[in-house]
Amino acid sequence: MIEIQHLSKRFGKFQVLRDVSLSCAPGQCIALIGPNGCGKTTLIKSILGMVLPTSGSILFKGKVIAKDFHYRHHIGYMPQKGRYPDNMTIGQVIEMIKDIRGSKEKLDEQLIDEFGLHDILEKRMRTLSGGTTQKVSASLAFLFNPDVLILDEPTAGLDPLAAEILKEKIISEHQKGKLVFITSHLLSELDDLVTHVVMMQEGEIRFHMPTDALKASTNTSSLAKAITHLLKQDHVQ
Amino acid sequence: MFNKIHRFIVADILKNRIVLVYTLLLAVLAWSVFSLEDDSHKGVLTLLNIVLLTTPLVSIIFTTIYLYNSAEFIELLLSQPIRRARIWTGLFFGLFFSLALAFIIGAGVPILLFVTGAKATILLVMGILITAVFVALGFLCAIISRDKARGIGIAILLWLFFSLLFDGLVLFLLFQLSDYPIEKAMVGVSALNPIDLARIFIILQLDVSAMLGYTGAIFKDFFGTGLGTAIGFGLLCIWVIVPYLISLRMFVRKDL
Repeated sequence: MIEIQHLSKRFGKFQVLRDVSLSCAPGQCIALIGPNGCGKTTLIKSILGMVLPTSGSILFKGKVIAKDFHYRHHIGYMPQKGRYPDNMTIGQVIEMIKDIRGSKEKLDEQLIDEFGLHDILEKRMRTLSGGTTQKVSASLAFLFNPDVLILDEPTAGLDPLAAEILKEKIISEHQKGKLVFITSHLLSELDDLVTHVVMMQEGEIRFHMPTDALKASTNTSSLAKAITHLLKQDHVQ
Repeated sequence: MFNKIHRFIVADILKNRIVLVYTLLLAVLAWSVFSLEDDSHKGVLTLLNIVLLTTPLVSIIFTTIYLYNSAEFIELLLSQPIRRARIWTGLFFGLFFSLALAFIIGAGVPILLFVTGAKATILLVMGILITAVFVALGFLCAIISRDKARGIGIAILLWLFFSLLFDGLVLFLLFQLSDYPIEKAMVGVSALNPIDLARIFIILQLDVSAMLGYTGAIFKDFFGTGLGTAIGFGLLCIWVIVPYLISLRMFVRKDL
């Protein structure tokens, strides 16, 4: 569904992405992990067309995405840090994104319901706490039933209850055969979500493999242990 | 699929405290100027100077800060199926409409009540055009630098340049070159400053151009004619369009 071919990006002197190639199929739930500054966000932003690659290309459903924007109808994105115009109300923000999308399909308001946003639609964005803002971002990402979900640190800042609601939602959408990208530093949280792991280091992809295979090869029972095991191995070498 | 980003931006900005204060400030100044002066002629001149100082300042600084504060919001919009150019245009019209509306409510209402005829129209149109010019310049400031402090610094410098430094430079040139017939060249030089263009327009309407001396006569010869008015008006529009288009071009190619 998403095909990344020899993608490179440099910001001035910094080579942020080096010849990244990645292929993602529907039905995969991919954890994108790696240390700070390894190029995760740049990779995500390239897929969303926010960052324009220096070389290489990205194909979405077989079509090159450069200079196109229609493909984003199929993507729901939840940013790590959402910030909205101060004086807009929650209702207005949702209304505005609906207006931009102009989607005729049935909307998926499950998260809006479960987060209880209906009762606070009149609240201004300025007055919201960080967690509530994240709830708005999450609701917007899932609202249009997109085929691909890109979630940047989705549960950071959410209270345990809301985080659980969101996780349930991610699992149920994934089971419908959607492609899900998650970046997170909380490996323990990803354990019951993801089917594949992409590990990035210094702008390169170190490995991309199914979670099961990763656990089997390292002889560990959880994702967190498997990754720590690999990192320690690095250290010894 | 027509979307109206600017509508939501206007709704957001009109509730902004700074814009409310700006509207109120203009209203207080305009009402008091016209109540104190019996002669609406003098009132217009006083108001002109106030408007040409405050409107550019508020327009450029507010626009620049608003754009920097909207960085994450612009990112979210970029993740939606919409052309980049449309986001930028939506933001531009959102900011322009709301600041122009603030001007119309604050200064426009008293102007229409106390001033009659073409003078009122020209004063209003110039206020709106100056708002547009400095909103466009604000877009340029915000896109040139990733750093908020530097961007706002550039905005303040631009305002300072156009409202104070430019006139100082012109005066300096006038004195230095006073032995040469530079009056005609002055018309050309004035095109380089949108604030001066607006000022000339209004002063000519007031029939006080004699105060400008011989240069004033040349101005009247040029801007007083139909063609001159059209050219002056066109120049102000260019001052809106060119900075905006440069910023648009940069925005479309920018990594966000």
